[in-house]
This record gives sequence, structure tokens and C-alpha cells, in this order.
Amino acid sequence: MLALAAGMFALAPWMINAAPNEATMGLVYKIYFFHMPSAWMFMVAAITSGVASARFLFLKRPSADGWALAAGELAVLFGAFTLVTGPLWARKAWGVWWVWDARLTSSLMLFMIFVAYLLLRKYGGPGADKLGAGMALFGMANVPFIYVSVNYWRTFHPLTSVVPTLPVEMGIPLWYCVTAFTLLFIVLLRMRTRLEHQRARVEALYLLEDES
Amino acid sequence: MMRAFFRVAWIVVKKDLTVEVRSLEILSTTIFFAVTVVLMFSFGLVVDGRPLNDVAAAILWVAIAFSGTLALGRTFERERHNDTLRALLLAPADRPALYVGKLAGILLLLALVQVVLVPLVGLLFDAPIFEHGFHLLALLAGGTLGFTAVGTLFAAMLVRARSRDVLLPIMLYPMTVPVMIAGVRGTAALFQPTPNLEVTQFWIALLVFFDVVFVTLALWTFDPVMTD
Repeated sequence: MLALAAGMFALAPWMINAAPNEATMGLVYKIYFFHMPSAWMFMVAAITSGVASARFLFLKRPSADGWALAAGELAVLFGAFTLVTGPLWARKAWGVWWVWDARLTSSLMLFMIFVAYLLLRKYGGPGADKLGAGMALFGMANVPFIYVSVNYWRTFHPLTSVVPTLPVEMGIPLWYCVTAFTLLFIVLLRMRTRLEHQRARVEALYLLEDES
Repeated sequence: MMRAFFRVAWIVVKKDLTVEVRSLEILSTTIFFAVTVVLMFSFGLVVDGRPLNDVAAAILWVAIAFSGTLALGRTFERERHNDTLRALLLAPADRPALYVGKLAGILLLLALVQVVLVPLVGLLFDAPIFEHGFHLLALLAGGTLGFTAVGTLFAAMLVRARSRDVLLPIMLYPMTVPVMIAGVRGTAALFQPTPNLEVTQFWIALLVFFDVVFVTLALWTFDPVMTD
């Protein structure tokens, strides 16, 4: 799976290059092929982390914590990628790096919540896993509120409805990139979760040795 | 069942009030801090002796958020000091009732802070705070409840954590962005020369919705996160 994801990413530039230029924005719009998939994965990672946290907190599944942490890290990773590629495009399309639009602001706030989550996990000390789970859960519940409040506050991002209307030559590379990013997300999530579970096991073994 | 719940909450509130009334430590320091915040922002945002647009509403809510964080931190620091939070949790009482008690105590404290803060902002920025007093009151109540509901849970969780002083605002501010936007925009609409009540009502509705969701969620999570 790792090899497949890597192979798809190696091919992605050709696919994107083959796509026709957009009428008004020309070459610049092509960053969209990486921007949108990473934004989607950002959302998926955030939801995964929230759901895993809820499982950890309410169903007391210790393994869910590893999933929550791994997904939380990926949310920050894909979030950072989204927030870097977005302004690069906006500079050309809107003439400014940043506008206080609903989607931009809510993505930024969600990103901030997950950065705070990681800081808490890292510096919270003992019990940080539970605190983090509470935080991730609240973060997930907060998404609709952030979205509605910021939406009412301002809006100018291209609508999501643009995707189905894209011509086929643009649609194929877009869905190709979405698949590549999804694969990357799954690979990273599994690797990171396994690492976290093994770390937890090592810790448990150390504890056992200390006791005996 | 319900009566026992509120009795426990009331006992927690009474305990916190008794401690606070005897020293007035948190109340006096928080009020003074809020006044300081208002002044600091005024120096930044008043140009040529005139405030920028909507500055009064923004300063009011930033001061509420900052002083709220301070009050939350101090309240739980007091519980940590003699490990009394552990004693509280060991008591044969409903955990959510303890949460409600703590929440009510901090809300009362912040209400007293706002009694000083709101007229001060009205005075310094010539804001019409009494014109639509009921709307402003609803915004303040809804916003403070939302902020404190999330804050009380986080501050309680953080009692045993390292670097809790910095972690509380880091966690709380991104989480309460909707409260800040609703509070500032709703208040700014009220402070216009011709107040736009429709906008204010929208934000009050959003705050009520936020409060319901997050109080419920906090009651629900308080027990599992506070268990060792």
C-alpha cells in the first residue's frame, strides 16, 4: 500500500500537467489538485480523531487512544498543507494571501484546535491522554458552530459545487489526486497508530519490570 | 434524584462562595485585571482620540475572555493547592453535580466582574449599554455561559496536568471562537447608531444553541475525564 501511494504521488505531476489550463487563471489553478485532497484528508483526520477519542473516553478502549493521536497528528499535517497551498493560490486568484472568509477561517480554527491538542498531548504530563480525548471530542462538536458563525460573518471561497461541474480532463487528475491522498492518509494513519500501540506496550512492559 | 443533584451543586457553590467572600482574592484581582485589559486595548485601538469602528464590542469581549481565563485558572488552582479537588471527587456525590456547582460559582464571579466591566466600556467608548439592555444582557449571559461551560471542564481536567497555566488558554480560545464571534458581532450590532436587532437576535440564538450543546457535552464527559 505504501508502494502504491508512493507510486501514485510520483505519477501525479504528469497527470496534473496533462490537465488543460483553466480559462482565466491559467496554470495557477493547478495547485488545486493538491489543495482540495489535502483539505478533505484534513477533515477526515479530524473526524477520525474525534470519533476515536469518543470511543476511548466512553467505551474505555485503550487502543482507540493510539488512533486518536495518530489522526490528530495527521490533521495537523494535512491542515498545514491545506493552509500553505490555499494562500499560494489566493495570492494569484484574489490578489491577497489571506481573506477572512468562512472556510479559510474555520479551517484555521480547526487547525488551531488540533495544534492545541498535540501540545496538550506532549506537555500535559500524566493523564494527558484523557484530557486530549475530551479536547478532540469538543473540537469535533465545535466544527458546525465554527462553520455557521464564521459563515454568517463573511464568505467568498469557491463553492464545493464546483467539483461535479469540472470537465473530464480536469476531473480525472483531481480524483486521481484524491485517491493518492486518501491512500497516503491511510498508510500514515496505520503506521503511526502501530507505532503508538507498540510504544504503549513497551511502557507497560517497563512498568511490569519495575514492579517485579 | 433531581433534588439531590441540585443540593450537591448548591453545596459546592456555597463552599466556593464562602472561601471567596473571606478573601475576595479572585474577585478583586479579576476585576482589576479586566479593567487593565480594557485600558491596554484602548491604547492600541483608539486613534487620534477616537475609537475605531466596533471597537467597544471587541474590547468588551476580549476582556471577558481574558478575565474569564484568569478566574477559571485561579479557582482551580485553589482546589489544587490542598488537593481538595480529589476530596471533592471522592465525595459520594454525582460528578456532573460537582461540575454544575463549579460552573455556577465561576459564572457568579464573572457576572460580578461584568457589572464593573460593561459600564466601564460604556463610559469610555460612549456605548449605549442601556438602550437595548435586555438584548445585551442575553448576549452577555449566553456568551459567558458558553465560554465558562467549556472553560470549567478544561480547567478541571488540567488541574493535574503540567504547564496548565498556558494550556488552558491554548485549548479554550480556539474552542470558544463561535462565542467570541457571536458576542462581538451581536454587541457591535447593538452599539450601532441605529441598532440592528435582527442580527443580534441571530447571534443570541446561536449562543443559546452553543450553550445547550456544550453544557450537555461537558456534563457527559466530566465523569470519564475526571476518573483516574
